[in-house]
Amino acid sequence: MSVRRLAKEQPASFAFSKATKAKADWWIAKYPAERKASAVIPILWLVQKQEGWVSEPAIRAIGELLAMPYIRVLEVATFYTMFMLEPVGSAALIQVCGTTPCMLRGANELMAVCKSRIGPKQTLSADGRFTWEEVECLGACANAPMAMINDYYFEDLTPENMAQIIDDFAAGKTPKPGSRVGRTSSEPEGGALTLTDPKLYDGSAAKPIRKLPNSEPVTA
Amino acid sequence: MPVAKVNGVETEFEPGMTVLQVAEKAGHEIPRFCYHERLSIAGNCRMCLVEVKPGPPKPQASCALPAAEGQEIFTDTPMVKKAREGVMEFLLINHPLDCPICDQGGECDLQDQAMAYGRDGSRYAENKRAVEEKNMGPTVKTFMTRCIQCTRCVRFITEVAGVPDIGMISRGESAEITTYLEKNIDSELSGNVNDLCPVGALTHRPWQYHYRPWELRKTESIDVMDALGSNVRVDARGAEVMRVLPRVHEGINEEWLSDISRYAVDGLQRQRLDRPYVRENGKLRAASWEEALGVVAAKLTAAKPEKIGVIAGDLQDAESMKAALDLFRALGSANTDCRQDGSALGHGPREGWLFNSGLQGIENADAVLIVGANPRTEAPLLNARLRKAWLTGEMEVGVIGEQVNLTFTHSWLGAGSKTLAKLPKAAMEFLTKAERPAIIVGSGALTGETGPAVLNALGALAKKVGVVADGWNGFNVLHSAASRVGGLDMGFVPGEGGLSAVEMAKKGALDVLFLLGADEIDASASKAFKVYLGSHGDRGAHGADVILPGAAYTEKPGLYVNTEGRVQMAERAVFPKGQAKEDWAILRALSALVGQTLPYDTIDALRSKLMADHPTFGRIDYRPPAASFDVASLGKKGDLGDTAFQSAVRDPYLNNPIARASVTMAELSALRTAPVAMAAE
Repeated sequence: MSVRRLAKEQPASFAFSKATKAKADWWIAKYPAERKASAVIPILWLVQKQEGWVSEPAIRAIGELLAMPYIRVLEVATFYTMFMLEPVGSAALIQVCGTTPCMLRGANELMAVCKSRIGPKQTLSADGRFTWEEVECLGACANAPMAMINDYYFEDLTPENMAQIIDDFAAGKTPKPGSRVGRTSSEPEGGALTLTDPKLYDGSAAKPIRKLPNSEPVTA
Repeated sequence: MPVAKVNGVETEFEPGMTVLQVAEKAGHEIPRFCYHERLSIAGNCRMCLVEVKPGPPKPQASCALPAAEGQEIFTDTPMVKKAREGVMEFLLINHPLDCPICDQGGECDLQDQAMAYGRDGSRYAENKRAVEEKNMGPTVKTFMTRCIQCTRCVRFITEVAGVPDIGMISRGESAEITTYLEKNIDSELSGNVNDLCPVGALTHRPWQYHYRPWELRKTESIDVMDALGSNVRVDARGAEVMRVLPRVHEGINEEWLSDISRYAVDGLQRQRLDRPYVRENGKLRAASWEEALGVVAAKLTAAKPEKIGVIAGDLQDAESMKAALDLFRALGSANTDCRQDGSALGHGPREGWLFNSGLQGIENADAVLIVGANPRTEAPLLNARLRKAWLTGEMEVGVIGEQVNLTFTHSWLGAGSKTLAKLPKAAMEFLTKAERPAIIVGSGALTGETGPAVLNALGALAKKVGVVADGWNGFNVLHSAASRVGGLDMGFVPGEGGLSAVEMAKKGALDVLFLLGADEIDASASKAFKVYLGSHGDRGAHGADVILPGAAYTEKPGLYVNTEGRVQMAERAVFPKGQAKEDWAILRALSALVGQTLPYDTIDALRSKLMADHPTFGRIDYRPPAASFDVASLGKKGDLGDTAFQSAVRDPYLNNPIARASVTMAELSALRTAPVAMAAE
């Protein structure tokens, strides 16, 4: 992980949109008034949803909203790598997992595709529509190699379909997230081999629970 | 009390102590970087690892581990030794080997502890990380590659100074200490982070590359930049004062020091008066001591006693004031005053002009009314104490005066005397409800024509709400001049029929006006023959007809009485500049020339006389206990008028001749009046 800095070019101002402000207020209401600084992470996230990234004026706006010193907001924003401190591609932000399982299954090839199609990592592409970066484990190791694009996981990728996905985003389409080999979540390829009994799913196997293990007996 | 075993020896400790404190109590030093007695516990440097039983079989961070009954603590086992070596090795992975060019070299915790607890060699061949330098303002020089992320600076600025400007951004190996977008630290206590930094990451910018610590001669002294009398150590090399550092005094400054007390010392090298001057045809020319003193003596003896007078300045030691007072009384003059600001204080019982609760005692107050003072500029360390007490949640603060940011929440009750004449109901309530209410009145509220009336009104209020009671005296005067209480204690006020300082400075009031280091009073209207005795070519010297070069506070032994009435003794760190002499000696020489030889030839004899005449000077570092007095008798009943109270200190960085001569203070003052716009704005 490299040193995280605020972007050199910053917008002149930031304003919460109506929807963001409403959600922010919902988060703030969860905490006691004097501890509203606790809402800083969700609100940073909301701001990132609104703008695509966290700008310096936004950090000050959050500081004022939560009555926090600006440096405290900056500390949080620079600590968590999920907060983007530079503008990101308008079409797609591609986060390729590079941790061991994905790396063994071909993450480096995916990154080579990204590099040739978009440009150097953590850099906005020339047309301003794409950014890609390498991230640490995203927790989908069974479906390696994978990448998170915007808010969705794209799994079991190959260099070919990675290129296809980038092309689709470039053409303004929204590619379907999930596995590229057609499996459901992390089931084996070709369908599930266990827990296949339909009775498990129609409710007929359900029994009332009289007593939870290691708990007081249920009285009611 | 519970008992724990430290290295096999049973040690009693108070409940709530940490393992580190218990080990220290038993006499075993625990190395540490992030832990500091007066800051919150961070536990992130891991240098204080010890072995503790019962517990997991691994070293434990003793600073954050509560001690328990029957615990066995080991500080010298092989496990502890290995743990310390390991931590030290990790800390040194990225620490540059630049001790020879580092200002901290020689007084560096990392250097010392690497010697004492580290390995003797390095196993690393990799490149070290480099971190960009950061701007933190004119007082703090950063060298962030040296930082070990102990976060002491972050905690000090946030907790003690109450100005959360410093933070640690990013994470892991790229973590960095910085201010928000490298803005300046907006605190008058910022210099303390340089003291706290255990390595050379934050060092004193004004003294950068000026000295090596082992070259310095260290002298214990008393600070005169505010009226708190902070205990300091003056470090000098040859004839030059290189730096001033705080000494620990729990009753006054704990172990902090304000920026002005610390960084104004470069002013001791500039604008100095190093030889006597006599004005001839409107121009000052250098003269010999004999000539200058002769001129002064001739003028003093020629003038009528009621046409001569002396005003004492804000930085004067008690000895020189005593000598001046004795001399002018011997000459038959009643025109003596140490209150350049025209304050109404100085009459009635001594308690009437003291900070009676004590600086430490103010922490026990549960309601504090601040009148006409801005403690943040007048006495930053008092402000830090008020903040400390406020943080416990047991102190409420109300302010009558200017609306300022005191670094803690307070209710602003009103601007001036009108509010005092008729206190809002809520304000009365918070004072009457309190068990130990206190009033802090700044010297700014007691000046001018309404001064006595304001003092009287405050006294009446104090009596009404029980500020002075059995075992509690919360009537506190916050002076802004280091010499003031000493002057008032010895009666350096106008005698029978004498003129006050303000009257003396008026046109035609006097024939000879003697300014004893008095720079804060504008005497330009006075057509009197003016004699200035002082250390700096400042306001007082500009209009003087004769200049007698005196000694600055670091250049003379002296007694100072702080705002709580504590007499403290300062030692001489260096000799006066050039032909300058100690102030009392000049007055003694002058007294012989006017035929009123003062009865003391040494400073010891002078002190004996002072203590005999005024017994309060007889006990060094003694603060009188809370005494009850008739607080309502203070001042004079009168019309309060409608004046807005102003703090006595307009610009804390330019408050005295030494500070006005200091480059660092000029820089701080410029930033204070016109903050630099942030890059993003």
